[in-house]
Amino acid sequence: MTVHLAFDPSLKPSLRQRFFSRPLDGVISLIGLAIAAWILWHLFSWAVLHAVWASSDGTSEVCRDIEGACWAVIHVRWRLILFGLFPYEEQWRSTLACLAIVVVAILSCLPRFWTAPRLGMLWVSGFAVFYLLMAGGLFGMPKINPSEWGGLTLTVFIYAAGMLIGMPTAIALALMRRSRLPVIAKVTGLFIDGIRSLPLITILFTAALVLPLALPPALIGDKIWRVIIGFALFFAAYEAENIRSGIQALPSGQEEAARALGLTYWQRTTRVILPQAFRNALPPTINQFVISFKETSLIVIIGFFEVMASGKAAYGSGDWSFAWVEVYAFVAAIYFVFVFSLSRYGAYLERRLRVGKH
Amino acid sequence: MLSMLESRKFRDRALQTVFLLVLAGVIGGAIYEGRQNLATQGLNSGFAFLNRATGFDIGFKLVDYTPYSSYGRLIVVGLLNTLFLGILGIVLANLVGLIIAILRTARNETFNALGTVYIEIFRNIPMILQAVFWYALLTQLPPPKQALQGFGVMLSSRGLYLPGLNVSGGGAAIFFLCLFVALVAITIFTMARRFSRMTSARRSRVRWGIATAGLGLGVMALFLGRLPETGLVSMPELRGMNIREGIRVQPEFVALLVAMAIYGGAYIAEIIRAGFLSVGKGQVEAAQSLGLTPWQVFSRVRLPLAFRAVLPTLINQYVWLFKATTLGIAVGFTDFFAVISVSINQAGQTLELIGILMVGFLVINNSIAFVLNRVNKAIALKGNQLRS
Repeated sequence: MTVHLAFDPSLKPSLRQRFFSRPLDGVISLIGLAIAAWILWHLFSWAVLHAVWASSDGTSEVCRDIEGACWAVIHVRWRLILFGLFPYEEQWRSTLACLAIVVVAILSCLPRFWTAPRLGMLWVSGFAVFYLLMAGGLFGMPKINPSEWGGLTLTVFIYAAGMLIGMPTAIALALMRRSRLPVIAKVTGLFIDGIRSLPLITILFTAALVLPLALPPALIGDKIWRVIIGFALFFAAYEAENIRSGIQALPSGQEEAARALGLTYWQRTTRVILPQAFRNALPPTINQFVISFKETSLIVIIGFFEVMASGKAAYGSGDWSFAWVEVYAFVAAIYFVFVFSLSRYGAYLERRLRVGKH
Repeated sequence: MLSMLESRKFRDRALQTVFLLVLAGVIGGAIYEGRQNLATQGLNSGFAFLNRATGFDIGFKLVDYTPYSSYGRLIVVGLLNTLFLGILGIVLANLVGLIIAILRTARNETFNALGTVYIEIFRNIPMILQAVFWYALLTQLPPPKQALQGFGVMLSSRGLYLPGLNVSGGGAAIFFLCLFVALVAITIFTMARRFSRMTSARRSRVRWGIATAGLGLGVMALFLGRLPETGLVSMPELRGMNIREGIRVQPEFVALLVAMAIYGGAYIAEIIRAGFLSVGKGQVEAAQSLGLTPWQVFSRVRLPLAFRAVLPTLINQYVWLFKATTLGIAVGFTDFFAVISVSINQAGQTLELIGILMVGFLVINNSIAFVLNRVNKAIALKGNQLRS
């Protein structure tokens, strides 16, 4: 409940009003600050003051009898966490590939790329670069199978591929669910609701282990692609509902006017309906992207060596078993950087869109 | 022929028929291929395996289960575990969420900051990572000999030990049944229109009466179901190398529960906060000008209004949290999904088991959504009570 001074931003409450407006408030503030300071101080002294940052000989000897964090485990094992079991000499390819996806992701946050052809081109080319660098076989780069990819790179790969397949599927599903033809609309609705009420892990599990039983041998393909398609379908089912609610929020006059002008279905959809629907659906869509990135971590359960599994391997093997907190903190920090920046960007967009509405 | 193609009705019908045919072809092909594959592996399809003994034991069970029990029983055990974890997790997540939401909307900005930090940290790290982290933390605790203890609770690397009652399973079940029936009776009494003419003092008295009766009957059941020749309360204590007596809660369960409460709580906090913000200033001011105390303003005006405003969003979050119990497999908790996955490994009846899994989740999630949506409809605000 923000009661104070909503009428004029220049009348910002002073520090005293904000923290010490009443004696009781002051006491509570001080207690809160004391708790925060205590936590921060302990965290700081553990993570920085008493920490060991590197191990010159690659063993865990340096971390004997220390009070702080043993970041040396990251120093020794960071390649394993980021690249998995990718061949050592080729890890520059892994780095470049991840950078390509990050650059594409940053570029697609810029409004000048917000048209369907540009976004599509951007992501398809970014993904092609990623795949080419990782798989190799061209320009003298040795060929490396997807089964040898691992660590953060694998997480990025599954995420990017899933989103790239999922987004067009989501649009198709949303349009099919709003179809004029009852059979198509009903069947699509059943499909979407069915997927949405299942946990993601059951879908991934089915895609990885059960689907080969029900597919003709020619269509089985690699396990990783089946999992990516399962991941994409799950994303698409949720995103289709976001898009559909974006479409339904449009005034019906929009479609009627387009129809009155004699536009065909495709013209109406691609020129009038979808651009506006996407504007409406932007906040939940960004949210869905954020959630999906976190959900890539589930593939560890069906046996992929993604960033969490490689983290586990980093402290699990050899003499680093005591350093699990540091490794998990590192992996958590990786997720945090990605997810936090994406969700902040979403919040910024929401503010920006709200300005236009007034 | 051409004129037929130009007829819209005909085109629509043709398109839908083709769509259905393709769909039937894909499904039929998959079933055919599945049968072929199973036949070459020498597996009989069908549900006869549900009666076979499993031959392995599992860690966490609420009802009797031994390696001689059948696959059918195993699946029931897994389902019960999932329900137990899911309900407990949702309740705890709600509690955490409410506290953080209050911090976030408090007038004191130190609290706001604390709430914000909590949400930003725990919402931005995948829940599976958090669950694995808590599990690692719990299994790295000191051994039973140096267990942490206080208030009769002991915490060691072998799990959490709570004080328990020496009561047979049947007695405990009747106890919880009594509480549940009382709760349902109170809900029906509150909702039903027939009793709405009673004065509120009398209604409140009836409600207390039902609650006392339920609790009384339950406690009686506990007494009658007491195990012979033992004290009523069993406190955990160290004997030899291990902790005996009391109720042992496995670290897998605790880790998942904590992760659900913390991660789910961060999401629920944001939803409830949005609810608090949607309560009009006029409502609060009206309550204050009527002379309500701050606690009354909160518990009688702000909380009920906020809760009703966001219940639809909360329902989605509950369903999501319920699905998150499947992360149990990552730490070795035998939930519904883990049980199915083990059975697929052991019995090999993949298609049947996956079918059971999907039907199970469809039924559970749709019934949660159905019940809560009915509740939502019953208590939703009519008219414009939320404005200003």
